[in-house]
Amino acid sequence: MILRSAFNRLWWTVSILCLLAAIAILFIVFAFVAIRGFPALHPEIFYTVTSGIAGGLANAIAGTFLLVSVGLLMVTVVGLGTAIWIVEFAPPWGKSTVRFAIDILSGVPSIVVGYFLYVALVEALGWGFSLMAGALALAIFMLPYVVRSADIALSKVPPAMREGAFALGARPAMVVFTIAFPWAAPGILTGLLVATGIGLGETAPLIYTAGWSNYMPTLAPTYSPVGYLTYVVWTYISQPFAKSHELAYAAALLLMVFIFTTNLLARSFLEYSSSSRGRR
Amino acid sequence: MIQRPSRLQRPNAQIALGGLTGIAALASVLIIVLMLVFLAIYAYPAIRFNGLGFFSGTIWNIGNQYGSGSVTRNGFSAEPGAIFGAIVFIFGSVATSTLAMLIAIPFSIMVAMALVYRVHPRIRPIANALVELMAGVPSVVYGLWGMVVLVPLIARLPGAGSGNGLLAATIILALMVTPIMVATIRDVVLAQSATIFEASMALGGTSWQAVTRAVLPSVRGGVVASVLLAFGRALGETMAVLMVCGSAINSLPQNIYQPVNTIAAVIVSQLESALTDSSGMAQRSLAELAVVLFLITLAVNIIARVALHGADRSEGQ
Repeated sequence: MILRSAFNRLWWTVSILCLLAAIAILFIVFAFVAIRGFPALHPEIFYTVTSGIAGGLANAIAGTFLLVSVGLLMVTVVGLGTAIWIVEFAPPWGKSTVRFAIDILSGVPSIVVGYFLYVALVEALGWGFSLMAGALALAIFMLPYVVRSADIALSKVPPAMREGAFALGARPAMVVFTIAFPWAAPGILTGLLVATGIGLGETAPLIYTAGWSNYMPTLAPTYSPVGYLTYVVWTYISQPFAKSHELAYAAALLLMVFIFTTNLLARSFLEYSSSSRGRR
Repeated sequence: MIQRPSRLQRPNAQIALGGLTGIAALASVLIIVLMLVFLAIYAYPAIRFNGLGFFSGTIWNIGNQYGSGSVTRNGFSAEPGAIFGAIVFIFGSVATSTLAMLIAIPFSIMVAMALVYRVHPRIRPIANALVELMAGVPSVVYGLWGMVVLVPLIARLPGAGSGNGLLAATIILALMVTPIMVATIRDVVLAQSATIFEASMALGGTSWQAVTRAVLPSVRGGVVASVLLAFGRALGETMAVLMVCGSAINSLPQNIYQPVNTIAAVIVSQLESALTDSSGMAQRSLAELAVVLFLITLAVNIIARVALHGADRSEGQ
């Protein structure tokens, strides 16, 4: 009996130690990036572009946000459209087919998406490394997150509200825009924020679509490569110069800060909306 | 007061919305089909040229770019001496992911159990948020940490060489898939009603026995699905692995310290050299690798979804 409870305590201790270890790893990685990256965050990093092995990160920061914004724009249109179709219009077979496809898409490795777009857009269509190719790569990668969260949010709209609207003579388009959307908005926005966080941290699908540029990105959709932060982390750390290492750490720290901010925003947003939902 | 009916009420608006959203939904399905078909067609010459040697050869050589003539097999030709054997990369992907899962599965179950049964419900949201932040750390940042901190640590072990290799890639992958598995396992256990735990406790067991003998077996399907989804993620992980794996070419690792390479990593690291192949066969062979990776992850994901749906059905009652 004593042995049994000792074993019990032992296993739970191991389990709690594992939890603490997991949290410790997060802090270790973050502290590592923060300690090395913070001293490198000179103000001029934000307004000078990279040049060779050193310089600033202005082009990469602008490029990251440009790629993610354009990708987000694409994924909002297609993703919300898909979710609306699943919830409001699809026949049962359509629902399950599209949901299954989205699940499968979320499992496709990002490098496969990147290589496909490289061969198809950059080479075959001759777009070159470009904003469009890079944004499309991010959009394909973000799509499952947006569709799933919008699907769940729209499906949670109480049937009574929908039925009430239909009983008053509303038609599907009216119900979607005046009843379902406002109700589901917090869930949809959370999904878009989560997708933003994922887009910010992606590298593999961008290397051979967006390419890399030492100059500030332009709005040119094709023929003009775009720089981004994750590329700096990946390549500058392999250079044998302290200056380039500093840039890599600074870029990593900025990425972590951007991503953590979007994640925390998404989280607090969801909690705020679910708590206010309860009071209605 | 009489209001003019909104434009949203017009019959055309219904057709337009249904049609446009239908097109969007179709696009999501088409992307997958298009990707697979396009890559397969593009890789076709390589599939014919490489034959089954692709799955047994260890040598990846784009051939002599300055030599004269070419080699032709099955009607498709490449530069002289070109040979594309992918077993090093296929083995690397499967080995790093499998070993990573061996570490991550027990670790994630432990973490999830602590989250569900030992963390105070008031603190749980904070712990959950931390686990989710761990999932949000970009893969290049894990790679950066792996390169600068983990690899030198491994290099200190006797016989470990440079530290870049199978062990480093395995550890980084295990760290990366842990938060995904923890979140899924936690959710399936929380969704399972507490009665199983309590009933098992009432039979006189200890709380740990209740968890391992009653709760976890009852959510078996969900756990299996989460493991498979994480395995699929590990197979496709590119940047972090690329940064610590040592980018082996033409050699299989003889121990856990030696350099490896994975399909995803080699597509990134070999494309630049493949572009110098004037016959284009190297690039097409990379596409063949992409198709292989696509099909492996597709199979893993489909099995995971089936397990998850089966679990929903049998455990939902």
